[in-house]
Amino acid sequence: MKRIFVVFLLLVLGLAVYRAFHKAPFGQNRIGDVERPQSVSAFYLKHSPETLHTANSVTAIVVNFRGFDTLGEVTVLFLAATGLASILYRRKEEEEATEKAHLPGRIQLPSSTLVRTGAKILFPLILMLGIYVFVHGHLTPGGGFQGGSIIATGFLLMFITYKRFNVNHNVLIWLESLSGLAFVLTGIYGLISYGSFLQNTGWTGRLNDLISGGLIPLIYIFIGIKVGTELTNVLDTLLHTKPRRHE
Amino acid sequence: MSNYQEIISQYRPLLEIIVYGSAVALILVGLYAVLVKKHLVKVVIGLSLIDSGVNLLFVGVGYVTNHTAPIFSPGYENAADRMVDPVPQALVLTAIVIGFAVTALALSLVIRLYRHHKTANVEQLNRLRW
Repeated sequence: MKRIFVVFLLLVLGLAVYRAFHKAPFGQNRIGDVERPQSVSAFYLKHSPETLHTANSVTAIVVNFRGFDTLGEVTVLFLAATGLASILYRRKEEEEATEKAHLPGRIQLPSSTLVRTGAKILFPLILMLGIYVFVHGHLTPGGGFQGGSIIATGFLLMFITYKRFNVNHNVLIWLESLSGLAFVLTGIYGLISYGSFLQNTGWTGRLNDLISGGLIPLIYIFIGIKVGTELTNVLDTLLHTKPRRHE
Repeated sequence: MSNYQEIISQYRPLLEIIVYGSAVALILVGLYAVLVKKHLVKVVIGLSLIDSGVNLLFVGVGYVTNHTAPIFSPGYENAADRMVDPVPQALVLTAIVIGFAVTALALSLVIRLYRHHKTANVEQLNRLRW
């Protein structure tokens, strides 16, 4: 009975949402004239190649036009990782009690040779792809967040293949903090030299060069390192519920 | 190329139903899971389904028929008037990351509850004291 009621309610809601979006027809051009911009999208499409010389205008929006928003977003990600670690934190005695209760049910089979060899070959390639994606964030589809996620999937592969694979936490935390700090420092550099936080430099290079777009590739590299280390940290916290035995 | 574009414009109403319809369907399936399911992990899965539905709706609204991706790669330097809306794509990029953070935090809360009560089923969580 309850389920029928819920399904009915959801159908009404779905119809309402669909009708609302039906009034914004699919595929209609709502950008307007790019040369004389009336909408914010047209402004971005005009100034991304002309002023910033950045090929990927989504990157130009995320890192330059709305860079302050991205700084907040990175902070949210950092807070989520910190909150995760603090919620999953366990005291030593609590840990030992659950270890005893859960030990027989746990699967501790090692991975097969095929999986281990394949992971060893794939891991550096995945890291390389991730670094490529965030270095070319201003030229190709992709960027810091995507490249960082790709790097984290490489670490996930290693975590689930090798039960004893351990990452150095100090290195992760230092990399993450330094890249976050570098992001803020680039913002302050813009504030000092050009009078506005996260302001781009005057020199932006040529369109479609690897070194172009001023501070945009630099900031996206920092974001890539930060997101990669942060997601690796989250995966490590979630997978290794056992605390490290440090005597 | 022009043949492909003709086909696209011919089936535009169908495309609208497919894109908007699947986005709304994803949101509804996620809401159903949140409202009806008893297992907390399934509720979290429902939340992330709602996320994907909303993101798909955003990108769908930003699409313009026969236009390309908003990237000025070689050969497309002067194609600014033939590009789809970049703003929803940038917003969705932000929303995906925030969605990841929300999912991770919710899952960690579920893990914590499971450790304490030895169950993640809402109906069996009747002793709500620590």
